[in-house]
Amino acid sequence: MSNQVKFLTKNFGQYDTSSIGSYMDIGGFEALRKAVTMDPEKICDMITEVKVRGRGGAEYPLGRKWSQARAVVGENKIVVCNADEGETTTFKDRELIQKDPFNLIEALIIAGYVCGATDGYIYMRAEYACLRPLLLNAIRQAKNYGFLGENILGKGFDFNLHLYSGGGAYVCGEGTALIRSIEGKAGRPRMKPPFIKVSGLFARPTCLNNVESLSIVPHLLVDKGRVYASCGSGESIGTKMISVAGNVNNPGVFEIPFGTTVREIIYNLAGGIQHDREIQLIQFGGASGKIADASILDTPYTYDDLRNAGVMVGSGGILVIDERTSVIDFLRMNQEFFSEESCGQCTPCREGNLHIKIILDKIASHTATQEDIRIMATIARVMSMSSLCGLGETAQNTLQSAMLTFPEVFEVGGTES
Amino acid sequence: MLTAQTKEYPLPAELQAKIDLVLESHDNDPTQIVGILLEVQELHERHYISEPVAYYLADRLSLPVTNIFDCLNFYSELSSKPRAKYPIQVCSSPACRVNVIDTKRLLETLQRLLDIKIGETTYDGRFTLETTTCYGACDRAPSVRINGQIYDHLDSQEKIEALLRSLT
Ligand SMILES: Cc1cc2nc3c(=O)[nH]c(=O)nc-3n(C[C@H](O)[C@H](O)[C@H](O)COP(=O)(O)O)c2cc1C
Ligand code: SF4
Ligand code: FES
Repeated sequence: MSNQVKFLTKNFGQYDTSSIGSYMDIGGFEALRKAVTMDPEKICDMITEVKVRGRGGAEYPLGRKWSQARAVVGENKIVVCNADEGETTTFKDRELIQKDPFNLIEALIIAGYVCGATDGYIYMRAEYACLRPLLLNAIRQAKNYGFLGENILGKGFDFNLHLYSGGGAYVCGEGTALIRSIEGKAGRPRMKPPFIKVSGLFARPTCLNNVESLSIVPHLLVDKGRVYASCGSGESIGTKMISVAGNVNNPGVFEIPFGTTVREIIYNLAGGIQHDREIQLIQFGGASGKIADASILDTPYTYDDLRNAGVMVGSGGILVIDERTSVIDFLRMNQEFFSEESCGQCTPCREGNLHIKIILDKIASHTATQEDIRIMATIARVMSMSSLCGLGETAQNTLQSAMLTFPEVFEVGGTES
Repeated sequence: MLTAQTKEYPLPAELQAKIDLVLESHDNDPTQIVGILLEVQELHERHYISEPVAYYLADRLSLPVTNIFDCLNFYSELSSKPRAKYPIQVCSSPACRVNVIDTKRLLETLQRLLDIKIGETTYDGRFTLETTTCYGACDRAPSVRINGQIYDHLDSQEKIEALLRSLT
C-alpha cells in the first residue's frame, strides 16, 4: 500500500489498549512529561508552525484556538473533546478512539495544561457506546498513575476527565448543542454570542476540539524526526485521517500525507470502484459536504486544492458513488438525513429542509417546473444565510454544489444523469 | 425531601436496585441524565423508559420530570414507549444505500422473513424494522444495528437468515 504514512496511526496495534503499562512501554505519556516542562504558549506556537487545522469540519487553526483559550479570563476552564462523529461516511474518530485510546487521554491532559483548564470532557456519540468501557478504563488507569487528578507530575496542575454519552442526535456535534447535552438537557443549539470559548459548559470558558485534532498533539510533541512537517506542503502540512466508503472495493480508514491525489485514495487505498464501474460523483466531508464529478481525480487532497476544485476536506469522509445511483436519487438520500436530523427549532432549517425534499421528489418524478427549481435554489441560499446553527447553514452545501457540477440534472424536461 | 430508602416507589424492588446501580456508576450526577437513560432503558426487555421510571429518576436526581421527558423526546436513541425486543435498524444514509444490490437484498429479505414492512412490528412484539441515519459503520455495509450492536457484511441471504435465527 503506497501513500500511507504512520504518524497518527503509529500506535495502532502496537500496544494493549486496556493497559496503561503497555502504552507506557511504547513511549506513552512522554509527550505529557515534555509538555509540562514547556511554556504553554510555546506549545501553541509549535502547533501553529505546522499549521494544524481543526479536523471537525470548520478547519479553524488549532494553535490559535488554544492560544485564545489561554487568553480568556475566567476560572475553572474546560476543554471538550467532540467525539460525536455524526457526519455521514465519517468514521475516522472511531478508529482513533478504538485503536489508540490512551493517546486521546494524553492529548486531553495536554490540552488542559495548555489552555489552563481544570476539567476535560469527552462527548461520545451513543452509537459508539461499545467503546465506552475502553475509555472509562483508560481514564481510571490514568488517574491511578497520577496523570489525572491533583498536582499532575508534581507540576501543581490539577485536571480531571469525564466521559459523556450522546443520545443519537447529529446536531449535538454543534458546539452549543453539545454543551447543553452535557448539561443534561435536550441538545438544541442556542444563539451566539456568547461564544462557548467565553461562556460554554456550565457557563465556564470552553475549548472544543475534534478527536483527531487533539490526537495529533502528543505525536507532534515527541516528533523528533519531524515526520509530520515532512508530509504535505504549503497550507496543508502533515497527515490526515480519511474514511472512504460507498461503491469502493476496500472501504475503510486511511492516514494519508496531504497532497495524495483523490485518484490514489480511491484506486490504491480504497481498492477502486466495485466491478470497475464509472464514478458518478464523489462527496467530500459527509452530508454537509460538497460534491464533484470524476474530473477531480487528479486533484491533490489538500485544503487549497480541494477548495479550488469546489469541495472541502470537512469531516474527512469521502463517499464514492458509481453510475448506478443518479445525482437526484443521491440528493434525496442526503436530504433525508437533514430532514431527520434538523432539530426543528428555527424556521429556515425546519421548513427549508421540508420544501427542498418535496421539490427533489418532484424532480425525480419529472413533475418539477422551472419555478420549483428556482424556489429550491432560493430556499437553499436563505437557509445558509439565516439558520440558527451550522446544521441549517450547511445542510444545502451538497445541493448547491450539485447544481453547479451537474446543471443538466436541474433542467426541466432534461434527462436525469 | 425523602431519601430513596424511605420513600415507597411504584417500582419492583429488583428494578429499583438495578436502576440505583446505574445511578451510582454515573455518580448520581443529574448532568449525566442522557447516559443514565440509555443504560436504564436497557434494563427493560422492551428498551424504553416507562413513566414510573421517569418519575423515579427525576426524584432521585432532583430533576424536573419535564427535563427527562424532553430528553426522551429529543434523543432518537431514547424511547418513552415500549419498543420491540429486537428493533432492527437499517441505515438509510447514502454510503450504505448506494450499495444498491446489497441494500435491496437486505431490506427485501428482512421484510419477507419477518413478514412486516418498514416501520412495523411483528405480531409477537419481538422485531421491528426501522430505518435510521448513519451510525458510523459505513465501511461495514450492508449492516443492521440491533440494540446497539452492529451486524455487518450481511451480503447474502444465508447470513441474514442466520442472524435472525440467532436472535431468540
Ligand atoms: C451540525 C453540526 C455537527 C457537527 N458535528 C461534529 C462532530 O460530530 N464532530 C466534530 O468534531 N465536530 C463537529 N462539528 C463541528 C464542531 O461544532 C466544532 O467546530 C469542532 O468540534 C471544533 O473542533 P476542531 O476545531 O478541532 O475541528 C459539527 C458542527 C455542526 C454545525
Ligand atoms: S438550523 Fe436546524 S438544527 Fe440548527 S437550530 Fe435551526 S432547526 Fe435546529
Ligand atoms: S452511511 Fe450507513 S452507517 Fe454510515
